[in-house]
Amino acid sequence: MSAATEPVLVIGARSDIARAIATEYARVGHPLWLAARNATGSNRDAADLALRTDAEVQSFDLDVTDLAAHDAFLAALPSTPATVVCAVGFLGDQEADAGDMDATQMVVATNFTGPALLLEKLAARMSERPGKSAIIGISSVAGDRGRAKNYVYGSAKAGFSAYLSGLRQKYAATGLQIMTVKPGFVRTSMTDGMDLPGPLTTDPDSFAARVVKAQRAGRVIYYDLRWRVLMSIIRLLPEKIFMKTKF
Amino acid sequence: MTQETLLEGWGRWPKRRCRVERLDPATAHEHAQALKAGAIARGMGRSYGDASMHPPLTLDALDRNRFIEFDDETGLLVAEAGVTLAEIIQTFLPKGWFPMVTPGTKFVTLGGAVAGDVHGKNHHRVGSFGDHVAWFDLLCADGKVRRCSTQSNQDLFLATIGGAGLTGHLLVVACHLKKVPSAWIRQRTLPAENLDAAIRSFEANHDATYSVAWIDCLARGDQLGRSLVLLGEHAEPEELDVKHRPNPFSVPVRRKKTMPLDAPSWSLNRWSLRAFNALYYRKGSAPPLERVIDYDRYFYPLDAILRWNRLYGARGFSQYQTAIPLENARDALAEQLELIAQSGLGSFLAVLKRFGPGSPQRPLSFPIEGYTLALDFPLSSAALTLMDQLDEITVAAGGRTYLMKDSRMSQKTFEAGYGDAVDAFRALRSDIGADRMFASLMSRRLGL
Repeated sequence: MSAATEPVLVIGARSDIARAIATEYARVGHPLWLAARNATGSNRDAADLALRTDAEVQSFDLDVTDLAAHDAFLAALPSTPATVVCAVGFLGDQEADAGDMDATQMVVATNFTGPALLLEKLAARMSERPGKSAIIGISSVAGDRGRAKNYVYGSAKAGFSAYLSGLRQKYAATGLQIMTVKPGFVRTSMTDGMDLPGPLTTDPDSFAARVVKAQRAGRVIYYDLRWRVLMSIIRLLPEKIFMKTKF
Repeated sequence: MTQETLLEGWGRWPKRRCRVERLDPATAHEHAQALKAGAIARGMGRSYGDASMHPPLTLDALDRNRFIEFDDETGLLVAEAGVTLAEIIQTFLPKGWFPMVTPGTKFVTLGGAVAGDVHGKNHHRVGSFGDHVAWFDLLCADGKVRRCSTQSNQDLFLATIGGAGLTGHLLVVACHLKKVPSAWIRQRTLPAENLDAAIRSFEANHDATYSVAWIDCLARGDQLGRSLVLLGEHAEPEELDVKHRPNPFSVPVRRKKTMPLDAPSWSLNRWSLRAFNALYYRKGSAPPLERVIDYDRYFYPLDAILRWNRLYGARGFSQYQTAIPLENARDALAEQLELIAQSGLGSFLAVLKRFGPGSPQRPLSFPIEGYTLALDFPLSSAALTLMDQLDEITVAAGGRTYLMKDSRMSQKTFEAGYGDAVDAFRALRSDIGADRMFASLMSRRLGL
């Protein structure tokens, strides 16, 4: 666990989950570095977080899919952060995206390629820091088994989960903790418009509190128990049966 | 992304399937025009009836909840209209600031507080929420965002406060917070054996910062209107229990309980209600009559029971809140209480409160100088008939009922209660094209 004075870098800072997790860290005193597209300039999220938490908040422009710009982004950071939250996510539109080259590439670049390449560089630097550091990658239960409803997004998240798992093993001997988070249904702008089942749905604030608690306890996976049970069952279903279900 | 969602107000009746979109100023009007329908913005859905739903298009404003600016010299807070009072208190009470006016729930957005011109236990001293709004940004029917205040767009400013969201979509609100010495309230209970005693008690305690009475709506005869008048003052740190003095702004966290399911309809009847009310009065009249309690238990006793609206069962309930001008208040309230007690209908929580001067410059603002009575009725045909009878007494006494609680009054009753202001409001809506762009189930019911 890093000292509460160490900044937390939040990648994809515009998402509701990112905002909630950033708030949790800021409330215990961490300064925040928010990275998102067009983050500098008039940034309501930064002002809001600073007022809510009294934290020092800095904003950085980052388009995670602009791979060539990653180095410039890292160079712009004041130092190597001790904690990184990667909450980049883009659900896309399954029906429109499947079979569409640009759309599929966009979903994969946003959920997988961009975050993977950026975290690789960050991990290398963070592992050389003295003391402990942590990367929290927000993946998704959608990656646990491809489903007709969202398999473009789901397969990109499956790739991201596998990447985090590999990264974790690679740095197991260092002070760098890599934590995979698999949210189920969280009421956010991404799930807006879905009819979500109450018992499996949580709000971003309580979700964020549990994620941060898990990170501080040194855990490597945060996966809500109810979802873990549900997805284990779904994963174990023989393909012939799964094909006929409507999950 | 679009969905049809079954929406309801806090009273859980009526329920309607509504098309719900996020309130995005960039696209709000596009949606409305494509659908050829008016839209209404919705926050926490704490209005009791049909004010925050419109089946063709309801715009969810909850994710517009960023704080923008706070001036710790003047206490002026600027925030997006989806910010709730709960968030404001969580953020600013630790620094010694509290909303100037708060209703009985903290789960209300700034937008909702402005649109309802909500009032609290300090109305007799400081007026309603709108009295502490410096300005707001309103997305108008023509697609422009106008900053409204007493200096600019004054007509729109006045009509929007209490205007039930029907003049435009509130985007940003600037309102004042007040400096408080602690997160605690010193509460004094004054038992009043009947309505006259309760009114005397309010009139004698006009200086109290907060005052409200719990009233036994089922007591009759000499005890008609017996009440516990509760006065409140912000407590100074030295008045607190020793263990709280070092941190006067931190209060013990209450465990939230959730009403897990609808209460069965037989659980509320005249005997259980009468027994509850009698017991509550007896308990409240017993010492200690003065104690220091935290702000949460003082202002928001029901917020600790999430979804307490299930208490009244699946059929839902209606809250009847009436305001009667001072000169007629005693007689009209006595008449209404007698009718309610006779009917045996009524609720655990009936509330009586002295209003200070109202705001006639704001057409649809509810408070008028006098007394307001609020109580819940589980819905039934008997309750609906009773409320119609209560309406007649209200109107005859020159009073009105509160739009944010209402789901059932007729257009005629509404027009009689709010008088010429209704036409002024309609004229303003039509002048600025708001009648075509903004509508709710309530505006249709009341011909607004």
